[in-house]
Amino acid sequence: MSELTADDVKKVASLARLTLAEGDVARYQEQLGNVLNYVDRLDEVDTTDVEPMAHAIETVNVFRQDEPRDSLDREQALANAPQTDGTYFLVPAILDEG
Amino acid sequence: MTTTAFLNTPELLDQLQSGEVTSTDLVTTCLDRIAKVDDHIGAFLNVDRDAALQQAVNIDERRQAGETLGPLAGVPVAVKDNICANGTRTTCASRMLEEFVPPYDAHVIQLLRQADAVLIGRTNLDEFAMGSSCENSAFQSTRNPWDTERTPGGSSGGSAAAVAAGMTPLSIGSDTGGSIRQPAAFCGVVGMKPTYGRVSRYGLVAFASSLDQIGPFANDVTGAAFLLEALSGHDQRDSTSIDCPVPAYSQTLDQPLGGLRIGIAKEHFIEGLDAEVEQAVHAAVDVYRSLGAEVKQVTLPHSQYCVAVYYIVAPSEASSNLARYDGVHYGHRATDFENMVDMYSASRGEAFGDEVKRRIMLGTYALSAGYYDAYYLKALKVRRLIRQDFDRAFEDVDVIASPVTPTPAFKIGELIDDPLAMYLTDMYTISANLAGTPGISLPCGFSSDGLPIGLQLQAAPFEEERLLRAARMYEREAEWHTQRPSVPSHSTS
Amino acid sequence: MKVTTIVGLEVHVQLLTRTKIFCGCVNRFNPNAPNTQTCPVCLGLPGSLPVMNEEAFRLSLITAMSLNCELASFTKWDRKQYYYPDLPKAYQISQYDLPFSHDGWLDVSTDEGEPRRIRINRAHLEEDAGKNTHDESGRGGDSHVDLNRCGTPLLEIVSEPDIRSAAEAKAYLEDLHLLLTYLGVSDCNMQEGSLRCDANVNLHIEQDDGETIATPIVEVKNLNSFRGVEASIAYEAERQQNEFAETGLKIGDPGAPAKTTRGWNAERGVTIAQRIKEEASDYRYFPDPDLMPVTVSEEQLADVRSGLCEFPAVRRARIEEDYGLSKYDASVVINQGQDFADYFEAVAQVCGDGKQAANWVTQNVLRELNERRVALDEFPISAGILAALLQQIVGGQLTVKSGREVFDELLSGHDEGTPPSEDRITEIVEDKGLAMPSDTGELDALIDATIAAHEKAVDDIRNGKLQAAGPLIGKVMRQLKGSDPQAVRQRIIERIQQT
Repeated sequence: MSELTADDVKKVASLARLTLAEGDVARYQEQLGNVLNYVDRLDEVDTTDVEPMAHAIETVNVFRQDEPRDSLDREQALANAPQTDGTYFLVPAILDEG
Repeated sequence: MTTTAFLNTPELLDQLQSGEVTSTDLVTTCLDRIAKVDDHIGAFLNVDRDAALQQAVNIDERRQAGETLGPLAGVPVAVKDNICANGTRTTCASRMLEEFVPPYDAHVIQLLRQADAVLIGRTNLDEFAMGSSCENSAFQSTRNPWDTERTPGGSSGGSAAAVAAGMTPLSIGSDTGGSIRQPAAFCGVVGMKPTYGRVSRYGLVAFASSLDQIGPFANDVTGAAFLLEALSGHDQRDSTSIDCPVPAYSQTLDQPLGGLRIGIAKEHFIEGLDAEVEQAVHAAVDVYRSLGAEVKQVTLPHSQYCVAVYYIVAPSEASSNLARYDGVHYGHRATDFENMVDMYSASRGEAFGDEVKRRIMLGTYALSAGYYDAYYLKALKVRRLIRQDFDRAFEDVDVIASPVTPTPAFKIGELIDDPLAMYLTDMYTISANLAGTPGISLPCGFSSDGLPIGLQLQAAPFEEERLLRAARMYEREAEWHTQRPSVPSHSTS
Repeated sequence: MKVTTIVGLEVHVQLLTRTKIFCGCVNRFNPNAPNTQTCPVCLGLPGSLPVMNEEAFRLSLITAMSLNCELASFTKWDRKQYYYPDLPKAYQISQYDLPFSHDGWLDVSTDEGEPRRIRINRAHLEEDAGKNTHDESGRGGDSHVDLNRCGTPLLEIVSEPDIRSAAEAKAYLEDLHLLLTYLGVSDCNMQEGSLRCDANVNLHIEQDDGETIATPIVEVKNLNSFRGVEASIAYEAERQQNEFAETGLKIGDPGAPAKTTRGWNAERGVTIAQRIKEEASDYRYFPDPDLMPVTVSEEQLADVRSGLCEFPAVRRARIEEDYGLSKYDASVVINQGQDFADYFEAVAQVCGDGKQAANWVTQNVLRELNERRVALDEFPISAGILAALLQQIVGGQLTVKSGREVFDELLSGHDEGTPPSEDRITEIVEDKGLAMPSDTGELDALIDATIAAHEKAVDDIRNGKLQAAGPLIGKVMRQLKGSDPQAVRQRIIERIQQT
């Protein structure tokens, strides 16, 4: 794969919602670039007709019954929130599209 | 009669059951030991002395009243601070969750409570379990009880160091790429990663969901067996928990395995492996030979790709698992921001440490449009080849013996600026997480610097019983586990 | 210049399960008690894990099967990642490349009679998000987040762009609505948001030179009423035509976005351009490691299929045919759902008069159900009892009017503790003296005698002065209590015409 650019780092940080200090970009570019270069060795492996393995132990059809369980009290649900009015989670005004 | 956390679990249970000592005595001993040595070690993030003693008093009272108690009644267990306990701050060693108090118990916490264990405190880790040295904790570094200039390993370094320094007889950790086995090796204790799905992940704060597994630390194999027995079993709240009977590991442990076949993979003995570590592992294999085991060569041709696969799969899953920390429903929220998007980015930018950000970015990149196939999908395919290597190997052997780490414990600060070099120290442990297989680390000697060296044994999925028995066979013969570090302590006590 | 509107609909339907899709919190619309139906799982708390609700998957299979979809033998769950305060995990568990069903169709009824077949691209299962409420004052106050809805099972049904007009889009949605409510998989309450719709709209414009060009596709969001769907598409088609006249911009042109998003403002009756979320398209889908895939075997499918009912469109046509109902009556019966249609058919079969049965169930029974706010299975008059009552009407032993009296009496008896039964019907008829003469011979003899005695009136009737029958009816009625004046009138006219 091509080299990781500073713009790539900024784009990824924005996608991942991470504010980076300006000085961090170059450092991350180098460190992540090294890891990605290392990872490029996977290109050597012939994976034709190999199924991807997303789970460590592969089973299927795990379901739960449609049986209600107790919910948390509102107080508990909101207990860890940075900002609430006791009823809702509060967030800064969302600039709704349109 | 005195007691100490250095006693093994059956001895402690005997003491408690016979009434020679009470749980209050034992917990007090441990708390005193923590007070005495943990300033130098930094294994614990949080010890609630009163709460621990209260649990002990309750158990003593119930024992007095003749109640039937759980299998670990009165025995202290320390818990890695990424496992949720109702009403107990669970920080993941991150500024992000500095104030987070879960309103529920992890499944393993419920099981430990049912077993009447005493939850003695919360142990340090690399932030969100990302790291191999505990240096990535937002709150403190943990030091290796054998040499406080060195790391205890990670990410479950606090749990390993707590057992090694005699602050608790048992502890639990989580293992995503070696986070139990590597610190166990560095600290000279026993640590085990069970088969994926053997222990419920419900309540374990996720790092990489398809790799994470909770497991025990103890000062010997027997303790690990007792604790694993208490932790194992199917949980309907974890879709990846496997419904498969749990053998009574502690009961069969001392039965040696006849006709044991030990596998050695040439891919494990390569450049970069410390000569003393290599020697210790070969010596351990010789012990097995002397016990009548058959030693066979196996091949794991894709093991050279483990680190590469892991550092795509784990960060990809982590980037998604850690997206939820956005300062809305829980966790840190920045105070200075312009709008909603800015609030997310500022909160996350401020509260996550370097390594966590690095992995989130790596994973975000690997999953992003245009790179998914080349990185993530490719890694999942090679992951299957790695698993198939193991499947083939375990047709010929019962257990694969290898080093746990290429070197004994490294120094604090030694690798912190070179993430890739740090990642490469996981090369022996990662494959068990990718393949889902169980692995155990147990002491097999010391370096010339007096640092513990670990032996890793791996088995086929759900073969924990065989793995523990094989480990115990060696341990009984070699007796490395009886060595104790001399830990510095307050001169006043 | 010929302009064709091209529409594809994405419909989100909340499934009618007891609990949420991945946790045991109740699945109930409850905006009045915000954040009371949550748990660690649907709050996305650290450490919590999802487990798939079996019933949600079963309802999804039923729906897809009834939409003639192909069902995948292997399906999995993926994470769709984006940040929004109503999505606590910052990803939605959905299905990306291997949805559980694909390639189906729905036959949509049209006024022309011949149904239009709209192809279904796919239906997949996912979780709903919570709800954000914004400060409407314009002062930029905090937004509020309620997570009660978070984790409600949601079926997304994506049509192919086969719909050709705003009216057809509405008809498609109406038929889909009927199908889903009839199957009982969703209550489809659009006010409560259990059925929501986005429309992809563009135009195919055939120009004078015969070349057809397409305008850029616009996704119209936030459609939560049938009228909204129709009106917004009509508006959008006109807007696009005007825009094209102005700009000449067509799909794929440099500077023409592949797809833009507009929101429907119902009050103003216009669509409004929405800002495109930054990197919104890079959802970084990947398989959810917390959930296991699902395999569906042929046996399981056969099992679900065998439990499937006759689909509403098919049944509507059949009862129209079998019981001689009008299209309207048949629709009323079917639109009330499966239980109601079963009830109707049970009554109609026993009483032998479909029209009579339809009148009773769609008027008397439906009115009582509404007034009493009860479901059919709680209604005191069973299909068997109603059928017994109607049998007497059809057989001429009771008039319709008397039948209503009996019906009301059965209900008030029930309210006072006497359960309705066939014996109760007999009792009521006897107590109130409602029985018509048991054999028509007695009535006919009386009528014949009366006719014979009133030749003038009979002649008038023969000459078309039907009002002359009035006095004759009165005379007969006085002698035969309980008779139905309409029936007597009818009989008098018949006898006169026969003689």
